[in-house]
Amino acid sequence: MNISHHLDDATLLAFAAGTVGEAHGILVASHLAMCPTCRNALRKAEGLGGGILESQAGQAVSDVCRAATLASLDAVIAPKETYKPKSDLPLALARIMGDVNLADIHWHKRAPGVSVFDVPLSKGSKTKLKLVKLGKGRTMPEHGHGGEELTLILKGSYHDKMGRFSPGDVADLDAEIEHQPIVDSDEDCICVIAFETRAIYKTILAKLVQPFVGI
Amino acid sequence: MTETSVPNARGDQFVDFLTRVAASKDRAAFASLFDHFAPRVKSFMMRKGSNPEQAEDLVQETMIAVWSKAAMFSTEKGSVSTWIFTIARNLRIDKLRRERSQLYTDLEDFDAPDLSTGAEEALGRSQEDNQVSLALAQIPAEQRDLLILSFVEDVPQSEIALRLGIPLGTVKSRMRLGYQRLRKLLETMN
Ligand SMILES: [Zn+2]
Repeated sequence: MNISHHLDDATLLAFAAGTVGEAHGILVASHLAMCPTCRNALRKAEGLGGGILESQAGQAVSDVCRAATLASLDAVIAPKETYKPKSDLPLALARIMGDVNLADIHWHKRAPGVSVFDVPLSKGSKTKLKLVKLGKGRTMPEHGHGGEELTLILKGSYHDKMGRFSPGDVADLDAEIEHQPIVDSDEDCICVIAFETRAIYKTILAKLVQPFVGI
Repeated sequence: MTETSVPNARGDQFVDFLTRVAASKDRAAFASLFDHFAPRVKSFMMRKGSNPEQAEDLVQETMIAVWSKAAMFSTEKGSVSTWIFTIARNLRIDKLRRERSQLYTDLEDFDAPDLSTGAEEALGRSQEDNQVSLALAQIPAEQRDLLILSFVEDVPQSEIALRLGIPLGTVKSRMRLGYQRLRKLLETMN
C-alpha cells in the first residue's frame, strides 16, 4: 500500500494518551494497521507517556495491594488469543461490524451517487463513524469542519486541494481547513469518516455536512 | 543513543528484571518492578480522576498484566516505562468503557518498529525516560500544559479547546510544537 497522507502528530499524541473518541480511535487504529510509518510514530508518542509516567512523584501503595498482587501471581492465566476476522475491512472496523466484506454492506442511499452506512458505536458515544460511498465525479459540497474530523480511504480515490487520497490515506485536517473532494476513480470511492457530535458542533455540522453525508 | 552517551543504568535494570520475570517467573525481580512502578501508576491513575481504591485496583491489574505479558515485551518497542504506560492506559480505557483497548492490543501483533537507529529519534528508548521530565520543563508552559492535560489528566483535545476558549486548531498546533521541541531537546541531551 502506497500511503502518502498520514496521521497528524496531534492525533497520534491523543491516541497514545488514550483521549481520542470512540469513532476516531477505530479510524486511527485502522490506519495504523496499514501504515508502518505511523506505527513507528505512535511508539514515539507512547514514549512520551512512558517518560511522563516515570517522572510522576509516586503515591504510596498500601501493603494490602502489594501483598494481594504478589499472592495472585500463581493464578494468572495467559493472555487470550487474538481475533482474526474473515473480512476485507480493517481489523478495528471488522471487530464492530462482524465478518462483513466491503461488498456486503447495506448502504443507505442519500442522494444520487451518495450512500452511507452508520457504524454502530456504544451508547452515549460523543462521536460518530460513517462509511460513505461516492460515485465517480461526485463533488462533495464545500464544508468546514467542526471539532475533530478524520477521513480514511478504503477504496477508490478522490482529490482536493490537499492532494490525491487513495486507499490507506487519511485526511487529518485542522478544523479551519475547508476542502472540496472530487472522486476521480472509475470505481466508487469508499471512505470512513469519524467526527464529533458534541452539542457545540452540532449546528455547524448540520449546516455544513448535511448536504454531504446526510447527518 | 550516540556512542558517547551514558546509558541509563536504571532503565537497563528494568529490562533485566522484566527479562527474568519472562524467563523464569522471578518473583524478586517482579517485586522490584512493583516497588518502582506501582506508586507511579497509582499517582498516574489518581491524577486522571480515580480515587485511591480504584487507583490501587488498577495498579494491581496493571502489575499482574506485567507479570503475565512479560514475554511480549521487547526493547525494540521502547522502554519498560513506556510498555507499562501502555498497559495502564489500556486497562483504564477498559474501565471507562469509553473506547476499546482492543484497538491498541491488536496493534501489538505487528512487527516491532525499529527505534534503535537514528540519534534524532530518542523518544521511547529506555535510557530516555528520566530525561523526558527535564525536557518537559524546558518547553514553553502553554505547550507543556497541553501535553500534561492530555497525557496525565486525560482531557481530549476538543475539550481542552473549549476549556481554554481557543480554537481546536490552536490546541493541535501547540501540541505539535511542544512535541517537536521536546524531541529536539531529547536529541541534544544525548
Ligand atoms: Zn500513516
